[in-house]
Amino acid sequence: MSATVAPAKGLEFLPVLEKKFGEKVTALEGLAADVPTLVTDAASLHEAARFLRDDPAAAYDLFLDLASADLSRLPGPQAPKAGERFQANYILYSTKRNEHLRLKVNLPEKDPSVPTLTDVWPASNWFEREAWDLMGIDFKGHPNQKRLLTHGGFVGHALRKDYDAKQRWLCTEEDLLQTELAAQTDEPADMFETTTLNFGPSQPATHGTLRIVMRLDGETIVGAESECGYLHRCFEKMSEAHTYSQVFPYTDRLNYCSPMLNNNGYARAIESMLGVTPPPRALAVRTILGEFSRVMDHLVCLAANLVDIGGLTSFWYAFQPREEIYGLLEACSGARLTVSYGRVGGLANDVPENFVPWAREIIKGTRERLGDVETLVTRNKIVWNRLRDTGVVTKEQALAWGWTGPCLRASGVPFDLRKDQPYEWYGEVDFDVPIMTEGDNYARYLVRVEEMKQSLRIIEQILDKLPGGPVRSDDYRVILPPKEMVYNEMEALIYHFKLVFEGVKVPPGEIYSATEGANGELGFSVVSDGSGFPYRLKVRPPCFPLFASFEKIIKGHPVADAVATLGLLNIIAGELDR
Amino acid sequence: MKITGPSLPIAPGKIAPPIAPGVPSTGGADFLTTKLDIAVQWAQSNSLWPMPFGTACCAIEFMSVVSSHYDLSRFGAEVVRFSPRQSDLLIVAGTVVDKLAPVLKKIYDQMAEPKWVISMGVCACTGGFYRAYHVVQGVDEIVPVDVYVAGCPPTPENLIHGIMMLQAKIQSGELARHREAKTYVPIRVGEDPVTAIPAYSNEVMARVPGRRENP
Repeated sequence: MSATVAPAKGLEFLPVLEKKFGEKVTALEGLAADVPTLVTDAASLHEAARFLRDDPAAAYDLFLDLASADLSRLPGPQAPKAGERFQANYILYSTKRNEHLRLKVNLPEKDPSVPTLTDVWPASNWFEREAWDLMGIDFKGHPNQKRLLTHGGFVGHALRKDYDAKQRWLCTEEDLLQTELAAQTDEPADMFETTTLNFGPSQPATHGTLRIVMRLDGETIVGAESECGYLHRCFEKMSEAHTYSQVFPYTDRLNYCSPMLNNNGYARAIESMLGVTPPPRALAVRTILGEFSRVMDHLVCLAANLVDIGGLTSFWYAFQPREEIYGLLEACSGARLTVSYGRVGGLANDVPENFVPWAREIIKGTRERLGDVETLVTRNKIVWNRLRDTGVVTKEQALAWGWTGPCLRASGVPFDLRKDQPYEWYGEVDFDVPIMTEGDNYARYLVRVEEMKQSLRIIEQILDKLPGGPVRSDDYRVILPPKEMVYNEMEALIYHFKLVFEGVKVPPGEIYSATEGANGELGFSVVSDGSGFPYRLKVRPPCFPLFASFEKIIKGHPVADAVATLGLLNIIAGELDR
Repeated sequence: MKITGPSLPIAPGKIAPPIAPGVPSTGGADFLTTKLDIAVQWAQSNSLWPMPFGTACCAIEFMSVVSSHYDLSRFGAEVVRFSPRQSDLLIVAGTVVDKLAPVLKKIYDQMAEPKWVISMGVCACTGGFYRAYHVVQGVDEIVPVDVYVAGCPPTPENLIHGIMMLQAKIQSGELARHREAKTYVPIRVGEDPVTAIPAYSNEVMARVPGRRENP
């Protein structure tokens, strides 16, 4: 349905790259909506990566994602060459040129291995561990290549196509024990200068799903190792067994503090592949509810963090606007939290009649409660002591660690996809992107508070010019026709039948599509084989690089600072572990 | 037999003045007679100390339940403790995956008797729509469950209903009898008791469809 073009051909640095690498690195044709793609071989990957980072015309300074794929079941022209099976897709971004890039490596069936890129982009560390864990791609020279999301007793690589989705393995307590860190000390066994502290997963500050093993010298953390996977519920494997529409409920549960933003991001990825544009009213409602979700997400982050550092009062204030927004979401979609309101080509149904006055009422109430929270917190002496100059992350560190979203902006990098690559209605409204340069916890707090105010501003502006008309596309190849048509027209009945039984037929191809989630860039890498089911769906979770670098931030600081820092990074386990 | 609280010897048709501000009258007498276990059950059911084992979306709804709007303190169950040794009600809120299963088992074992378990949400009850390689298909594989609360996630009203249901069960003495027998029998509300599952063991794992033994 959409024209294929060669976006990579327009890249400025391409002649230099071709001169340097010749045949080894080539540009690839793809979807118009997709990011430019370069293909390289495993041997020259490391050199190519270095070039892409260091060449001033390329300057890809942000490592966003590593989407691996098992191509063995792809049909026809998409099928891999003889002997090849796996694929590693590195998604990069240049903050200077505001451009994404995909670097693709095809890998053989036997012993798929590539050199590690941890020395080029430190952010790739955990992404490579994940690819090893779930896909079995070996990263030569990786400093710490062991399982990340699945447990120690797990056998096999779950996202390979020949892995049975129902195959479980027993996890015993021994499998969980991380002894490596405890061994990392040069003091004799009979000296007790340092001690090991297990922090989480069942700890209020770690939200029941994160774990950090710390080595303490008194109160100070001298070494730490963080671990995730305590909520790895196989989103990517499950989505391969469901139609494109059935994946919406799963996306709700990625970042369950702001489900609507996930719906929007996923819908946008699939719509871009199909070449379908939803009606303007649908996009406006998506933007409004998405921004409300962003407010909810930031409120949970602040409220939970303030509870962690001992301030319970603001929790009660911060949760009241959330209840009001829940009321609106429930009226629109029927569910408070897990909305599943998005559809490919629009929304499930139109909003209630009193949507606009109701939303305005909520904005008013939220501003008031937000003011209450600010009065209690922003100039509070204890909060200053706990948050200022703790968890400091410089601009260079944040970029190297692959951060995006409010945390990156609190370190002084003005990168916000809503502004830099506007989608939905963000190009039509006037709003500011708050930036702080301190990079400490207090800066992250202030950025979040200001973002909530800007979100309310965005909603107000869209409410003023909310267009009428339908909220569902009239392209019935992708969205269910209305019931009256199904009962009265043959064509509509056929469309309905085909959609329910076979799902939306997305043309073969792949895409990386990103939106600004509440915690940063939420990317969906989708590979389609032309059927009604996603062949491979990889999420770029905004929290993942944040938590990966947590162990580095807290080193040399007291345990109490670690708690404050963890809260303001806002790690949501649902999207961290998927 | 349904007993909702200790029987108070108030003379019919008479309202005596309160003994002290906030202390209701006992009908002229400053004592009451009841059976010890009924009094204890009444006290236990109205002062539950929950330990939220919150992992996912359900934990967010649990936060809504304890916060200002739904206010769980109306049911005497608002003192949320994150230490298993200080609490008597384990609320498993959210998906429990295989990696977390030994942790949940350990938390449950650390809680002192008497203790109760509410499984909040379909993921905790049955695994929900995550029928996959890393998800426990219901926490009753690991710990005995007293009340199952349905929903994905359950609405706050639904969880409150579950807590009230547990209170009724505690007061009826039904759960105490199970504990005396030293067998944990998970009870599905409105259904016959299903087979007891003692622990997160190989035996349980062998029942998982399609599972093979670890090599």
